[in-house]
Amino acid sequence: MLEYFIRRLLGAIPTIFIIILVSFFLIRLAPGGPFDFDRSLAPEIQVNLNAKFHLDEPVYVQFGYYLKDILQGDFGPSFQYKNYTVTELIWQGFPVSVQLGLSAMVLALFIGCAAGMLAAYRQNSKFDYGVMTISMLGISIPNFVMAPLLILFFSITFSIFPAGGWNDGAFQNRILPIITLALPQVAYIARISRGSMIDVLRNPYIRTAFSKGLPTFYIVTRHALKPTLLPVISYLGPALAGIITGSVVVEQIYGIPGLGRYFVQGALNRDYTLVMGVVVFYGVFIIVLNLFVDLLYGWLDPQIRVQGQKT
Amino acid sequence: MKTQPAIVEVVVANDTTAMLEARIIQTPVRQVWVRFKKNLAALISMGVIGLLVIAVLITPVLSPFNGEDIDYESIASEPSLASGHVFGTDSLGRDLFVRTMEGSRISLLIGLVATVVSLLIGVNYGAIAGYFGGRVDAVMMRLVDILYAMPFMFFVILLMVFFGRNIYLIFFAIGAINWLDIARIVRGQTLAIKQQAYVEAAQIYGASHWKIIQRHIVPNLLGVVAVYITLTIPQVILVESFLSFLGLGIQEPMTSLGALVSDGANEMESYSWMLIFPATFLSIILFGFNFIGDGLRDALDPKQVN
Repeated sequence: MLEYFIRRLLGAIPTIFIIILVSFFLIRLAPGGPFDFDRSLAPEIQVNLNAKFHLDEPVYVQFGYYLKDILQGDFGPSFQYKNYTVTELIWQGFPVSVQLGLSAMVLALFIGCAAGMLAAYRQNSKFDYGVMTISMLGISIPNFVMAPLLILFFSITFSIFPAGGWNDGAFQNRILPIITLALPQVAYIARISRGSMIDVLRNPYIRTAFSKGLPTFYIVTRHALKPTLLPVISYLGPALAGIITGSVVVEQIYGIPGLGRYFVQGALNRDYTLVMGVVVFYGVFIIVLNLFVDLLYGWLDPQIRVQGQKT
Repeated sequence: MKTQPAIVEVVVANDTTAMLEARIIQTPVRQVWVRFKKNLAALISMGVIGLLVIAVLITPVLSPFNGEDIDYESIASEPSLASGHVFGTDSLGRDLFVRTMEGSRISLLIGLVATVVSLLIGVNYGAIAGYFGGRVDAVMMRLVDILYAMPFMFFVILLMVFFGRNIYLIFFAIGAINWLDIARIVRGQTLAIKQQAYVEAAQIYGASHWKIIQRHIVPNLLGVVAVYITLTIPQVILVESFLSFLGLGIQEPMTSLGALVSDGANEMESYSWMLIFPATFLSIILFGFNFIGDGLRDALDPKQVN
């Protein structure tokens, strides 16, 4: 297990390196520099600024500096937010995004699994068709359409929840963003757990359990639950990526001061260091969490563990 | 995966030898169509998307307005049949029906072009990796694994910053990030196809590797790829409207459904129709393609025959 863990960890290094490389070169090649203002600066100041941030040196030398800084946890100063380093901005926005994302993920897992498994148990019933149709809606309606519609309904028409803002994380401010983030994932998880449960219920050991006269609840929780959850667990990685990209839009729409919002603002303002910092940060974050998902999977499914040790 | 052989075998089993040859050529497609037709949602979706494509092509016939003309008499006016603005007008007085149609046209076009781009890259990449196998395969698929772990939406946003939001580059960039799934599927299929006798025969004939891939391997992949095409189209449309929603995609005076939803969301407090019409069209398009993809997958899956 430890060997598997270490090998996966080493395997992540080239991925992280490529993320840093690609994002660095893309953003450097972009037209427009951070010091292109409406009124141009005095040439001397321009030269000094460029020298200070190594902008006068060849791109590959700049990359060397950047890599060295990143390894020390320093993403440089923001080009737009005065008096802030990118690292500070990231640590300001990240906790907010994590709170939202985590709540959405937990909600999606519970509702998605419950709905999917019930639908599988009652395959081809009205409930099943209902769940499948609604989940198709959840998959097809993008979150940036869902969010304004939810605001229109719950905030403007009925004034139940505030239309936006964070308000230091007040409960009613969180509801709509969490629902928006969770809905597509509920839909996907419901579909996955339904399909997987249908397969599991066809197994001979389930038939045996039924023929022994065990209560249904016991069969589902003791025999069917764990194998049903395996595909759901392997979906956790994509789900995470989906929630993170979703949070970019959701934070923008609801005006939540999370990391996604900084990212969009940075992209619109050509705040090179901030955009880079967020991409690298999220890239590493996703890779690390995927690693944990794989380990969790290995722990649940012994076959994977054995394969991991052999190769 | 084993679709075509399975169907052919069934046909072989209950057909006379005289009809055999003709049936083998026709039946896979026809059988898929017969099963696809049973899926009502997929069939309706196909009709709706077909109607929308027609509507988008003949918009000038359907409406007397033009997406750029400003109607000073009715700025931000409600939908009404009397004024001819059936979907109302936006906050600049432009006809929303024509704007929505223009946005749908861009979305459908993106779906088509970007999917073709991702198909070209993915099919060739996967076929080459699968055909040559060995070290080539290992290196190429390792690269795909690495790319899989990337936060792609972020890279597209970077690309947009980099490319300066040029529409053709948006098409290409979105297509270029969606080829990974296709490459994986195609590679797996190619591994199976290259064991076939006809590939060996072509090799003995001395056909070049390139020719074998193009003539013998790629055409046999199309059934599986068809499903992925229909599932890639909505993904691609979603990415484009996501970018446009954030203001990073299609720029004025052109418009896209994402941009219209974004405009509508800003005005929805007083003018809800500006949100509702573009949002409905975007949802219908995504809904439709997802249903068609689902229907096609079920129709092509031999396990679903019962």
